[in-house]
Order: sequence, then structure tokens, then C-alpha cells
Amino acid sequence: MKSSKIKNVVSFLVFAGPAVTVFFLVIILAFINGIQLTFTDWNGLSDTYQYIGFRNYADAFADTAFWTSLLRTFQYVVCVVVFTNIIAFLIAYFLTRGYKGQGFFRVAFFTPNLIGGVILGIVWKFVFSEVFVQLGRKYEIGIFQSNWLSSPDTAFLALVVVAVWQLAGYLMLIYMAGIISVPKDVLEAAKLDGAVGFRGIRHIVLPLIMPSITIATFMSVKTAFMAYDVNLSLTNGGPFQSTELVAMRVYNKAFQAEQYGVGQTEALILFVIVAVISIIQVSITKKREVEA
Amino acid sequence: MKKSAVIKKICFYVVFILLLLLFLYPFYLVLLNSLKTNKEVILDSLALPQALNFEGYQKAFEKMNYLQSFGNSLIVTSLSIFLLVIIAAMCAYLFARKNWKINNIIFMVMVASMIIPFQTIMIPIVKNFSAFDLTDNLFAVVFFYLGAHVSLAVFMYHGFIKNIPYELEEAARIDGCGQLGILFRIIFPMLKPITSTIVILDVLAIWNDFLLPFILLYKNSLKTLPLMTYSFVGQYSTDYSLVTAGLVLTILPIIILYLFLQKQIIEGVSQGAIK
Repeated sequence: MKSSKIKNVVSFLVFAGPAVTVFFLVIILAFINGIQLTFTDWNGLSDTYQYIGFRNYADAFADTAFWTSLLRTFQYVVCVVVFTNIIAFLIAYFLTRGYKGQGFFRVAFFTPNLIGGVILGIVWKFVFSEVFVQLGRKYEIGIFQSNWLSSPDTAFLALVVVAVWQLAGYLMLIYMAGIISVPKDVLEAAKLDGAVGFRGIRHIVLPLIMPSITIATFMSVKTAFMAYDVNLSLTNGGPFQSTELVAMRVYNKAFQAEQYGVGQTEALILFVIVAVISIIQVSITKKREVEA
Repeated sequence: MKKSAVIKKICFYVVFILLLLLFLYPFYLVLLNSLKTNKEVILDSLALPQALNFEGYQKAFEKMNYLQSFGNSLIVTSLSIFLLVIIAAMCAYLFARKNWKINNIIFMVMVASMIIPFQTIMIPIVKNFSAFDLTDNLFAVVFFYLGAHVSLAVFMYHGFIKNIPYELEEAARIDGCGQLGILFRIIFPMLKPITSTIVILDVLAIWNDFLLPFILLYKNSLKTLPLMTYSFVGQYSTDYSLVTAGLVLTILPIIILYLFLQKQIIEGVSQGAIK
């Protein structure tokens, strides 16, 4: 009995030991330290710090720049999630109808996802601030005559465009997997009953691919909330901080303003918001899942 | 009936070729302008180059310290993936086969942790890694990636191993194979499909990651490719010939890989999304 217990401990240490150790040392330790830091005045450099109670929370709640950027992030998330999912679904729908070349289109549309957000941001910065402006002047296209990145509304729009452009190819794969798994005979039967075209999509296809919708919305909500890379290299929060999304706000608060405690508190608030929204979203879409 | 099918087909191709242009045109523009002089770019970024100009490439290659930053990315990515696959498969094997309380608890914590956004642990990570003098250290970056990606990998392996019948192991056990032997000789080869999904998802995530190396690596000689590209572009932002050449150098290796492995990559990502 005793020797089998020792054997179990040894096999736990051998098999799970490395994975569990790195996981706890990196993620769990940082998460707990992160909560602890919100009650301190750590300045980013010194080894010592004081506990200051809830002052960081008071500061975070009074930090209007944080709440403005959170509100902007909400708008950004809604735009990105809605447009990306609709476009991705439509692309997936037409790429599963058996037209020639659909494999090629699928490969091409996914391409932006192979490349990091910072690089994509630089690519689009060149397109927005140089190519489009030249085009606008040459052919007198009104919307391109001035640089999109130099006024707040169009810069925000540019962020949304790039995010949709990138993410649509990813969600397309999720929706394609969902649509392919819908049984052919169900679609045939629906067709005979007159559910074709838009009505077929709404009443037959969408309810049957609810699991894909759950995953795709979850992914796009999380990605959009955390957006940092494209934000940094495309607009860097400008002009005048007008496109600073919340992830960038947290980074700047901590590493540029060197208010680590407040920055960490805001990061924790962000975590709570994302967790709550994700749970609500998943439970709503899960409820609508049906069996074929 | 027949006629409407033809019209539908034409509509499909018109719309999708336009979409294709929309998706790939930015890359074409970067490639096109990387072959021009800066003057040509500023004059007309849509025009073809008057003569092929590779000066931008030569300069970008040098200034970006290309071979070194490429090497850094390669070391970090390959070492992380190699270790990740091994430790995750071992852990998932134990969790799937032994229904111990501690296994179930840790597994649940791992799954729950996947909702934590990077921003929430970013500041304490910098603090903890600095405290142990682990900044400017490629292995520390690898260590972080192991911790950050292990839960998803364990989760995916776990689901897969659960579906492998236990009887397969029995025979090997009678033949005197130890537990490690069973895992690596019998189970691991069967995990190939899920392993390739994990490798593909994590290679993309780690190779392209920016924020973590950004907060942990400061020395130029240690910077990964995305990091180096970012600081390079920051320095020469007005020289478009140089910037676009640098972008091509950064993007090209991935595109070449994609050309060879497109099927596996698309398949891997699709599989990963369903799980």
C-alpha cells in the first residue's frame, strides 16, 4: 500500500511535474502577484513597496482616460465582432457550395493570420498614409484625400478595417468547419420544403452551426478586447490619444506613466469585464444550440 | 434553372476575385514598393518600378541585423515548441489515465486560466522576471511561453488521449514496457494529428508574438524578428523603400512556409478551432 503511494507520487512528479511547475511559476504566480500589486505603491524599480489599501482602486475609478478608452474599446469590439462574423460567415457559406477554386480562396483569405499584428499594422500604415492619399489626390476620391490616420474618426475606422480584414479569414475556417458538418440530407429536405436562399440560411443553417457561432464570437470578442499590436503600429493611440484602446492604456499607464499599481488595477478590472462578458456570451449562444 | 445557375456562378467569381484583391493587395503594394527607390514611392506608389532596385533590401538586411533576429526567433520558437509538446503530452497522459483528485483540480485550474488576458499578468511578469535577473534572456522568454501555452496543449492532448482505448497499453505493459516507454513508443505516435495542430497554432502564436519580447528583451542582439522590424521601422519611418523592403524580409519566410504547408496549416487551425 505504502509503496504504491510512493510510486504514484513519483509518477506524478515525472509526468505532470514539468508542466505543472512552469504553469504555476508563470501564470498562477503572476496572477496572484498581480492581485497583490493592486494594493501596493510599487514603482517598477525598487524591491520594496508599501501596502496602501484600496487607493489604486480609487485612482483607477477616477482615471477618466481609462474609462474613455474602455468605452472606445467597447465600440471597437462591437464593430469588429459584428462585421468580422458576418463577413466570415458569408465567405464560408459561399466557399462550401462546391465552386471551383474554393480551396485557393480559403488559403488566400487566411494569409493575414500568419503574420503578426505589429507587421500588419506597419503594412496598413503605409497603405493608409501613403498609397490611399496618393490615390485620393490623383483621382480626386473624396474619402482618401486626407490621411485616415490623422483624424480621430477615420483613424478609429482604420483600426476596425484592419482588424476585420485580418480576423475574417480565421473565423471563416471556424464557420466552414461548422457548415461542412451540417448533414446534406437535412439541407436537401429543407430545400424541398422551400427553405432556400436567405430563408434557408436563417432557419436551417444558422441554428445548426450554433456551436461554430459560439466559438467564433468568443474568439473575436477576446481578440478584439485584447487588441494591442495593430493599435501600436498603426495609430499608436493617436491622433491625440483618440484611438488608444484599453490594452494600450494599461500598458502606457504602467510602463510610461510608471504608475504600476494603478495600471495593474486597471488590468484586473479589464480581466473581470472580459471574463463576465465571455461567460454571458457563451451561455447565451450555447442555449441556442440544437441537434440536427 | 440552368441559366440562373450560370449567373450565380459568375456573381460568385466576380465577388470573390474582388475580395481576393482586397485581402492580398496590401501585400502586393509592399512588395512592389520595396523594389523602387524612395523617390519613386513618394511620386507614385502604384506605378511599376523604373528599374529593379534592391538597395532597400541590402540596407534593411544589415540594419535589422536580419540573420541574428531571425535566428533569435527561430531559437525561441523551436525550443519552446519542442519542450511544450513533450511536457504537455506527459502531463495530459497522466491526467487522462489517472483519475486522482489533484489531477482533476489542476486540470480545472489550467482550463479556467485560459481566460486570463496577457495584460493582466504582464506587469507582474516583468516584476518577477526582473527580480530573478531574467530580462534580456532568450531562455526566460522560452520559459514564459511554456507556462503560457501549456494549459491549452494539455487540454487538447487530454481530450485526444481519453479516446485512445486502454487495451492498447495493456499489451505493452505485459511485454514489460515502463510507463514512459508506453507513452513515447505507443501513445505519442498516435497523437500525431493533435500534435501537428498544437505545433501549428503555437508556432504562429510564438513566432509572431510581440508584446512579451517587447517587455523582456532590450538588447538589439537578442531581439526577435517582429521586435526588430518594429524598432527598425520606427527609425526609418520616412524611407518607404527601406520600410517596405524590411517588411518583405519579415513576411517572406512565413509565406514560403505557407506555400509548402498550406494544407496542414489550414487543417491544423480548423481542427484547433473546433476543439
